[in-house]
Amino acid sequence: MNARDLLIEAAYLAASVFFILGLRSLSNPDKARRGMNQAAVGMLLAILGTLANAGIVTWPYIVVGLVLGTIIGVPLGTKVPMTAMPQQIAISHGFGALAATLVGVNEWIVKDFGAGIDHGTMVALGFETLFGALTVTGSLMAFGKLQELLPGKPITWPLQNATSIGLFLTTVGMFVWLVINPANPLAFWLMIGLALLIGVLLVLPIGGADMPVVVSLLNSYAGLAAAATGFAIGNNVLIIAGALNGASGLLLSILMSKAMNRSFGNVIFGAFGAETVAAAATSASGLTVRSVSPEDAAVQLAFAARVIVVPGYGLAVAQAQHVVQELAEQIEKRGGEVRYAIHPVAGRMPGHMNVLLAEANVPYEKLLDMEEINPQFEQCDVALVVGANDVVNPAARSDPSSPIYGMPILNVDKARSVIVLKRSMNAGFAGIENALFYEPRTAMLFGDAKASLTRLVTEIKSL
Amino acid sequence: MNATTVIQLYVFVLAAFVGYQVISRVPSLLHTPLMSATNAISGISLVGSLVAAGSGSSRISNILGCIAVTCAMINVVGGFVITDRMLKMFKRGSKAGDPSTTLGTGPK
Repeated sequence: MNARDLLIEAAYLAASVFFILGLRSLSNPDKARRGMNQAAVGMLLAILGTLANAGIVTWPYIVVGLVLGTIIGVPLGTKVPMTAMPQQIAISHGFGALAATLVGVNEWIVKDFGAGIDHGTMVALGFETLFGALTVTGSLMAFGKLQELLPGKPITWPLQNATSIGLFLTTVGMFVWLVINPANPLAFWLMIGLALLIGVLLVLPIGGADMPVVVSLLNSYAGLAAAATGFAIGNNVLIIAGALNGASGLLLSILMSKAMNRSFGNVIFGAFGAETVAAAATSASGLTVRSVSPEDAAVQLAFAARVIVVPGYGLAVAQAQHVVQELAEQIEKRGGEVRYAIHPVAGRMPGHMNVLLAEANVPYEKLLDMEEINPQFEQCDVALVVGANDVVNPAARSDPSSPIYGMPILNVDKARSVIVLKRSMNAGFAGIENALFYEPRTAMLFGDAKASLTRLVTEIKSL
Repeated sequence: MNATTVIQLYVFVLAAFVGYQVISRVPSLLHTPLMSATNAISGISLVGSLVAAGSGSSRISNILGCIAVTCAMINVVGGFVITDRMLKMFKRGSKAGDPSTTLGTGPK
């Protein structure tokens, strides 16, 4: 190993350490920013180390790529609103995966269309292009759903699981064939084509409410594709960063599935929502809801000692995070205490609600997760539910026939009184009737969440 | 399976293990920044992309590499910028007598 290679390896090692330190810093909100700056320095080191590589002889393509990437990346980073974070992150997974796929394709082409590749390297290259390709289209589909370019409801078709399994087995077959004979263009291109198709078919049947799992899973796949690239071209920093990424995505998808009390397999192959719509229509008959006027709701909130706000995806849709904070300010001015109850799968990606409320200047120690806040509902005077539905449905605890039975929920029904902000009496995303709305303690405040909240703020101010 | 592959597997398994341990300590509060951070780090594909874009072997390599560099760079730049933007928003409420308050103590 000559001096140049040593230096490159040192840069890669330092980059790996910085990445781990950066991720570690995320366990503490006060130190996270500095830690992530270290991770960015790590990335810079990795780039500089690579540019010192003796194999690099021509520069224009590198410069064009770096400049273009920066020109597109900076506005993406600075301009995208926080409500659009799930789709932004979904599409980014696609970019990373596309890069890994192209590197894999190139590697295969350069090595004489597979003729110069041994079986072991082909395994790595196969994984790289396979995971990469299905993440590219999977991310695009997830983006489409989150951006509402595609219907958020699960899209299903006849013999869905049979076709998916058939396609999957064919792809695995191509993969094995390719490992046995790497110089096989038919198997190579067919495998990539099928992987692209699988990415589409994998995400289309998954409903919008299950997106936190999908986005986490795509995160994991993008990492695995990067790690496989590392194996294929013999680069440790790629392996390490890819493994960190893969582990992170996997852990998050497990946490999200747990928070919905469902297995991975159920989320991926279940096409939730589609089957349950029929059951929901019957259960609501004969029950009445109590609606409340903004004036009365305002009085209730203004004189409450303890208020817990329960935000859901509806808050993001209505862009109401700032008004919620304004309302909390008014309540606190009158001596009340306001906390926020954050369910792990509230919103469309892990931690979505926290980011929205932090953006509205809610101090993070007021954002409590499910385990912390659940015992506090009993002492709470008013629970204010804004655009959340399934995560507050007591049927998850009490009704074994409910599709969400067993899912951990926020114990909103234990609060002394409940005010639910809701557009209309339509069932929630999963199409399940919510027993909470029919409880005697619950009052419904119908209307657009943002408009209702604004009204509440004005009413409290005028008291 | 040759010696290099074995070492690579060691590296992969240990890194995944470290990743799992480190990330299981990230509170759900910061799960979105965590995702955008790992997303930025997955831009490490840039390393492979740069080599392809700068190689002298073929024009195809250069072009595929150039596209890959662009994509990976979008991830890196966009990812780190957005993560910082998010983390900047997480402030502690200024509580009197709390010595650990380091953020959010600026003028209101």
